[in-house]
Amino acid sequence: MSRRVIHPWPLRLTHWLNAVAMVIMIGSGWQIYNASPLFGFTFPFGLGQWLGAGIAWHLAGMWLLVLNGLIYVVWSLVSGHYKKLFPIRPREVWGDLRSALSLHLKHDKGVYNAVQKLLYAGVLLAGVVAVLSGLSIWKPVQLWFLCDLFGGYFIARYVHFFAMMGICLFILIHLLLVALVPKVLPPMITGGRLP
Amino acid sequence: MIERRSLLLRAMALGAAAPLGGCNYEDPAHPDLADKFLHAMSAWNDRVQAALFDPHTLAPTFRPDQITRPPRFNAFYPIDQAPVVDEATYKLELGGQIQDKTPWSLQQLRALPQESQITRFVCVEGWRVIGQWSGVPLGRFLRQVGADTTCKYVSMKCADGYYSSIDMASALQPQTILALDFLGAPLTAPFGAPVRLRIPTKLGFKNPKSIIQIAVTNVYPGGYWEDQGYNWFSGS
Repeated sequence: MSRRVIHPWPLRLTHWLNAVAMVIMIGSGWQIYNASPLFGFTFPFGLGQWLGAGIAWHLAGMWLLVLNGLIYVVWSLVSGHYKKLFPIRPREVWGDLRSALSLHLKHDKGVYNAVQKLLYAGVLLAGVVAVLSGLSIWKPVQLWFLCDLFGGYFIARYVHFFAMMGICLFILIHLLLVALVPKVLPPMITGGRLP
Repeated sequence: MIERRSLLLRAMALGAAAPLGGCNYEDPAHPDLADKFLHAMSAWNDRVQAALFDPHTLAPTFRPDQITRPPRFNAFYPIDQAPVVDEATYKLELGGQIQDKTPWSLQQLRALPQESQITRFVCVEGWRVIGQWSGVPLGRFLRQVGADTTCKYVSMKCADGYYSSIDMASALQPQTILALDFLGAPLTAPFGAPVRLRIPTKLGFKNPKSIIQIAVTNVYPGGYWEDQGYNWFSGS
């Protein structure tokens, strides 16, 4: 029997720490958004009950998000895990998407299909944009070069919002797929075994 | 104040209860685990921001046609309750580690060299406005009255009961001014008459209005919102 795991422990650890960070950052972010909405709606709930507590959670949670994210990126580069995400070929994405939507996509343990690759690379990019735009909202004067990159403080708030929405969309699809193929969940906890 | 504080602690405890399943202490004297964690992280963020602060980095300035009109009023009370200070008898009091604590009248403040700026005012809520302020650079004023600029904090008390404090490095940044004029005319009551702090390197609530006392100290003075949970440094 093979001793190779589907998900190595650094991946599992950073995945679940990131899940905690997501709950804190999105929950408190909604609380902060509600204090001065960018659009004609507010979120039905937010972490912290009022703006001050929401900000306190957001600025505490950012350390978990960023440090955990850096650990993931470094581990991914050193271990070669990142190679599983690439290349992303549009033709394969289209093919896998069609078979996934008709519920005919085969799930091979330990292999990312093209749709997964696109989603994972996409949410990583959204995460980087969320962190950088968030830093430029927090420190528009000291980190002016970052803020300028996003077109200034005013636009950076919108960029931050849409990065969050992109991550929320990913989480929605991610949870839906886990619900449809529940056998993928235990290996993310135990590591699983490759056949 | 007591009511607000317990409201905050209750709010923080409620916020913490969701993810941590923690207890919900309502006694302000006994903050729960989540409150302590958030306060510790906020203190850490104060230190990070102080390290990030570069006194030579200036807040962006804007053109006159970019000024937000009409200006936006904001306070912890409605606009008609803004304090009206008698400008004829007004005296700015000085306290703490300052050699010459003689109070300053408005005429004396106006006789000092004035600096004008068109800068962005960013509220902790997220919105921003652009305005034009002019007045006495705080660093210049502090040196003139013989303030000990090696102290950590500059604190301000206001006519409406508001209070706040800033770090000395930010107080000495050249764009930090004791504003006397707003949009080319003397400050009006809702916008902080007769003297307000204008510090474009910090969030809006760190710009106290209708200041009646300035003190220099090494004892952490806190602030009206800071004591309720807003991050103290709150630098931009």
